[in-house]
Amino acid sequence: MYKLGIDVGGTNTDAVLIDENRNVVASVKQHTTPDAYDGILAAVHAVLEQSNVDKKEIRQAMLGTTQCTNAIVERKQLAPIGILRIGAPATRGIPPMVDWAEELQKIAVDTAIIGGGFEYDGKELAAFDEAAARGFFEGLKAKGVTSVAISCVFSTVRSDHELAAARLAREIMGDEAHISISSEIGSMGLIERENATILNAALYKVARSFTEGFARSLEDEGVTNAQVYLSQNDGTLMTMEYARRYPILTIACGPTNSIRGASYLSKLTNAIVIDVGGTTTDLGVIQNGFPRESSVAVTIGGVRTNFRMPDVTSIGLGGGSIVRQKADGTVTVGPDSVGYQITEKALVFGGNVCTATDIAVRLGLTELGDKTRVACLSEEFAKKAMAAIVELAEDAIDSMKLSSEDVDVVLVGGGSIILPETLAGAKAVHKHSYGGVANAIGSAISKVSGTYEQLIDYQEIPRELALAQAKKEASALAVAAGAIPETVEIIDMEDVPLQYYPGNTCRVKVKAAGDLA
Amino acid sequence: MRKIGISEIEDIALGAALLGAGGGGDPYVGKLVAIGAVKECGPVTLLSPEEVPDDALIIPIAMMGAPTVLAEKAIGGTEYRTLYDTVSGFFGKPVYAFMPMEAGGVNSMLPIAAAARLGLPLVDVDGMGRAFPELQMVTFTIGGGSATPMALVDEKGNASIFRTITNKWTEELARAVTMACGGSVSVSLYPMEGAFMKKYGVHGIVTRSQRLGSAIRKVKEASASTPEEVFLNITEGFKLFKGKIGDVLREVRGGFNFGKVLLEGIGECKGRQAYVEFQNENLSATVDGRILATTPDLICLVDTETFYPVPTDALKYGKRVMVVGLPCFPLWRTEEGLKLVGPRYFGIDTDYIPLEERQKGGKADV
Repeated sequence: MYKLGIDVGGTNTDAVLIDENRNVVASVKQHTTPDAYDGILAAVHAVLEQSNVDKKEIRQAMLGTTQCTNAIVERKQLAPIGILRIGAPATRGIPPMVDWAEELQKIAVDTAIIGGGFEYDGKELAAFDEAAARGFFEGLKAKGVTSVAISCVFSTVRSDHELAAARLAREIMGDEAHISISSEIGSMGLIERENATILNAALYKVARSFTEGFARSLEDEGVTNAQVYLSQNDGTLMTMEYARRYPILTIACGPTNSIRGASYLSKLTNAIVIDVGGTTTDLGVIQNGFPRESSVAVTIGGVRTNFRMPDVTSIGLGGGSIVRQKADGTVTVGPDSVGYQITEKALVFGGNVCTATDIAVRLGLTELGDKTRVACLSEEFAKKAMAAIVELAEDAIDSMKLSSEDVDVVLVGGGSIILPETLAGAKAVHKHSYGGVANAIGSAISKVSGTYEQLIDYQEIPRELALAQAKKEASALAVAAGAIPETVEIIDMEDVPLQYYPGNTCRVKVKAAGDLA
Repeated sequence: MRKIGISEIEDIALGAALLGAGGGGDPYVGKLVAIGAVKECGPVTLLSPEEVPDDALIIPIAMMGAPTVLAEKAIGGTEYRTLYDTVSGFFGKPVYAFMPMEAGGVNSMLPIAAAARLGLPLVDVDGMGRAFPELQMVTFTIGGGSATPMALVDEKGNASIFRTITNKWTEELARAVTMACGGSVSVSLYPMEGAFMKKYGVHGIVTRSQRLGSAIRKVKEASASTPEEVFLNITEGFKLFKGKIGDVLREVRGGFNFGKVLLEGIGECKGRQAYVEFQNENLSATVDGRILATTPDLICLVDTETFYPVPTDALKYGKRVMVVGLPCFPLWRTEEGLKLVGPRYFGIDTDYIPLEERQKGGKADV
């Protein structure tokens, strides 16, 4: 049996096929197309042709895509929505989307802040204003709006009012309506959670397009025997059905997949991953086998959210970075780049722009294009440029470290040829022949997860016992979803005290994940 | 007299984050509250202290409670009206204007929202000229001003006002009311008359925050001098050190964040070592074993590329920062001022020597 992993990036669509022992049997890179479907189809076609495996033997297909991120950044394909916030009289001082770019604000057809919500301890802040909610949903229905974002003050502590509103919305707007509720999407911090919920509501068309596109391309290529999944930002998989409901969860799966793919290729569980692209280089950290999470608020297309995202630093260095000599003799590299036009503009490819790739060829780091075309570059110039490249990379490595100790460094991405095999601060620099498609590999080896959630009174069941039990339940759910039991690990755990309940009641939530069988 | 609109708010928030000297917290929610109020009610009139009559009633506006609760409940919008009515009723006279208590974090922003919502002016003055961790650490304490009558209101419409016999009682009562109201309340404290405000307040703090914020944003636009020169020029700051964070030691005690950040020199400071100690705000900066600045002078860490302030809760290994010293408000340098916020109050065993003096000492040593 085989797994098919696909990564749709801004520039390239990569596909890999791996066997049951997790060996890569084929890998391809294609250009991403405006309609993602064509690019996916081409990649699937090419990888099948290259491997020549029996299509019926492909049992799992995983897609990682940045389509949602791009839709938000480029303000394309976003659906008109309604925004309901439950929490008055609190929160009225900050209307929804108050600091959003005007263009993005236009997605909101109607907005209301109605009575309801909770205090930090679960007491009711105000009674849920059912009549106002009803009126709001009826208004949306009359305007033909089919997607709504519902948030509520302290819904992370108690989601009753959000759920009541969602039931009303379903009743009034019908079964076809898309209902996004904040307690299922974000964490503490109303504005950030509401922002993520709004984006989720606006992305339903995008989600439909890439889920259908993926399913159709598999079918068209005769891959009909596979279970189909999408990658999430935490490195786990979701079903197509789930992805259609929570498209926002695909945000940042790109860096996550690249870091996890690098971890898999290098067999390292603690390392810094450097993903060198054409224009920029992303650095991330593998910590105990998982991407290290960012501790600061993450902004997507100018909108602040509080997602759990990998901690990634980007620097303006890539294979296409332009190299220049200043009047005083110093040599600079980037931050501007010839980008995807590298195959026309770089010296080694017959162009007339000196790029970081040309420097790497001149100094013999790699064989690429026509190396006689870079012989004219003086060795002194090339060495100065390489020193600048190395300094950029070394500074970035250093800024990702948690201590001054040297760490393992894994180089992946199409542009990684521009970096040498020794870097200051690196214990060792690891490269792999499949490093160019680490993203798609990360997607293919994504884990399957199970989440267990329960209210538990710690006075009746001691905390340690309760958590141990919850971990067991979550693991069992992961196994039920297809995880290999020996590989299941707990990847997330929280217990929130609910002071409005008797005793010492907490909401316990545990997520477990393991490799897909 | 001038107007404050949305672009001014952005700059004031950024500048106040610098004047927060590492503390004051994330101004994000506060900024949204101010922007929300100005969008709904229009720009705010900013008065210079001299424009305020001597007998006018002026009240500072702030929030009290857990930042995490503020991040959920924000502000309802009617709190400032309730505060106004409560305080005005207590004194039997109208409130003339609002003012901020400190520069830094949400409390530099909320008074703007209050002024917008009530259509009252905001006075370009505060009681710190920076941020400090404790209630009594305001210039008004030096002048014999009292934190009470202090009014506390919540978004549901509950209001209370009380007088206390000591600052400790004020803390105690305020904490109890805050928790009962759901963990975050809007407050007014240190109510005062125009004459007192003029004598003891830090004049021009809102304008200074705005100028600093705007300068930080545009620091790279200048061509004649380097961004660093532009930054030091506009802040009137002293560059104390430039380094990479080598380690951050943290400890939470009594509700405060204590810690020490160790720096390894970079650029022209290569080979040298420094550390900065903090308690919410930065307290002292020591380079190669010699103290170069202490509280109440402002010790600010800024990003070496963007010159954006780096608060103490965002310090982490590998970050490149410049340590800048800014002279504090002169009243803090008096005997009474140093009793409240001098190095010995914070447990640093050194006399206070003004930043400028320490700089001269540095040159004489070489």
